Amino acid sequence: MALLEVQDLRVDFETQDGRLPAVRGVSFALEEGESLGIVGESGSGKSQTVLALMGLLADNGVVSGRATFRGEDLLQLRAREMNRIRGEKISMIFQDPMTSLNPYLTVARQMTEVLTFHKGLSNRDARTEAVRMLDAVHIPDAGNRIDRYPHEFSGGMRQRVMIAMSLLCRPQVLIADEPTTALDVTVQAQILRLLDEVRREFRTAVVLITHDLGVVAGVCERVIVLYGGRVMESGSLHHIFRESRHPYTRGLLASVPRLDQERGGRLQGIPGSPPSLRQPPKGCPFEARCGNRMDRCGQAPPPLEARETGHDVACYADLGA
Amino acid sequence: MSKPLLSVRDLAVEFHIATGIWRRPNVLRAVDGVSFDLDRGETLGVVGESGCGKSTLARAILGLVPLARGSVTLDDRPVVFGKDSRWWRRDVQVIFQDPLASLNPRMTVGQIIAEPLETLMPELSRREMTRQVADMMDRVGLSPGQVNRYPHEFSGGQCQRIGIARALVSRPRVVLCDEPVSALDVSIQAQIVNLLTDLQQEMGLAMLFIAHDLAVVRHISHRVMVMYLGRAAEMADADTLYRQPLHPYTRALMAAVPVPDPGRRQVEGEIVKGDVPSPLAPPSGCSFRTRCPLAAQRCADIRPELRQMGVTDVACHYAEAPESAGTASQGR
Repeated sequence: MALLEVQDLRVDFETQDGRLPAVRGVSFALEEGESLGIVGESGSGKSQTVLALMGLLADNGVVSGRATFRGEDLLQLRAREMNRIRGEKISMIFQDPMTSLNPYLTVARQMTEVLTFHKGLSNRDARTEAVRMLDAVHIPDAGNRIDRYPHEFSGGMRQRVMIAMSLLCRPQVLIADEPTTALDVTVQAQILRLLDEVRREFRTAVVLITHDLGVVAGVCERVIVLYGGRVMESGSLHHIFRESRHPYTRGLLASVPRLDQERGGRLQGIPGSPPSLRQPPKGCPFEARCGNRMDRCGQAPPPLEARETGHDVACYADLGA
Repeated sequence: MSKPLLSVRDLAVEFHIATGIWRRPNVLRAVDGVSFDLDRGETLGVVGESGCGKSTLARAILGLVPLARGSVTLDDRPVVFGKDSRWWRRDVQVIFQDPLASLNPRMTVGQIIAEPLETLMPELSRREMTRQVADMMDRVGLSPGQVNRYPHEFSGGQCQRIGIARALVSRPRVVLCDEPVSALDVSIQAQIVNLLTDLQQEMGLAMLFIAHDLAVVRHISHRVMVMYLGRAAEMADADTLYRQPLHPYTRALMAAVPVPDPGRRQVEGEIVKGDVPSPLAPPSGCSFRTRCPLAAQRCADIRPELRQMGVTDVACHYAEAPESAGTASQGR
């Protein structure tokens, strides 16, 4: 049985303009110790998917579907039960570490709080454990640094603090929502390597949400491609990067300029722009921009079907690998 | 050799940061002696991490921040900002990163694109202005029927098209692009990169393309300058720079770029340690030495100036000649 199993997850937002569908039936499974990438452009629903799992949707968000974590449906839990799981069994880090850390409290205070709340440790033991964890994420001089405030750390170091904090209770799942987007490329490489390291060391399953296909190729084993709130394609790295069978995934890959490509060639890109949430398309969300579109694409969204073991594609066109 | 169109010499920008009422302000050297030439129809890419001074460089060339020293000339004519710079505004334009934030929400698209014409070429008739606005909208892929719409009605990619139209409508000779595609989704980014390449060729523009994304810069640039803490670390034509990076910082940057190819997982490669130091207290000598694998005593004592090695200009005491260098990043 999978560690986390999400079935037909839907997220809508009640707004003045009516009900806006952000996630429109997303299903996936996460195995123990696995690293799964969720890729999509802005508005694809990638962040709302995980925020819904964590019970962190905005007040006007409505969620439906099922998300089973070790036999418990996360979406049915009460706030108090969710508080136990969140941070202890499943933890999350965000794009901007400065807005996730409390600027008024020292790092020590923020880290020990997690351990006294979830594990009932004494302040002293909590501090020892917190320093050990800062060491594990390679913060130099952790024993002294821990008494500093978040603004005294650089961007990369703050993200390390966030990662250390999220690992304090040895969670089984670590969700990282664009953890390196705000960082410079040399620091990004350090943080990605660290995530890979903690996954192996702590046997934590990692869900990495990103818009960057390069990041996914670097650290994930399996990939889900989202567009317009739906799963377009999912499979192993090899399936997605080498044998993609979905026009959107292919378009996305062709849009990325490569470091080893010389000047002059045209980027293929994808014409048009993503669908509006206000008028969600009836059929496949990618239909309007798709070069392989057929009549039926506009009528009903294609179901996500297995083309081979572990490789699911939602497309009526049968693109060869 | 023909004379370059835009010529920047020893440009420096300093900010004075107050540290308290009684103490002397700290001096932050955002740009510290940068020189380059730019020809007609040429694109110079400028890459570097945050705080390297790449945006300040563009703002200085535009006259948006005062120069501490150095000169900027166009066709041998030096600009004196504040006094006589209208001609400069007409010839040197800019495209910003955040497409929506750089457009006035209370103006229609037509008004936004016409504004440079109204201020820089007031001699034009209304009809001529309307004609040029419509023509420019068409060129950037906007429908002239959208002329009365407001920016919020457009997507990010379309807003960037509006920003491009506004920059180009006065027919400038130089365009400074400050991270023009970083805020866009990758499928839209490709559209805008293609559009900029086309427009540059059609209009013979000289372009300064500032970005932190090395792959985008390679795609669009003829020559590339790598900046670190306010100074040029390395400059060469794009193919040479990417094939044989000589400066240890350039190599570190390239090794750190995630490659969208599972066969080349960069998690295994060598990555540079640490963060960029504070520009308020840069290291003595070479500013990269605190993170550099080649650093030696000499790097702390003497600041390396740009020197020519083959076709590359590199500011490093220990950069090696191309034959033995570049193996670490070759083929990337």
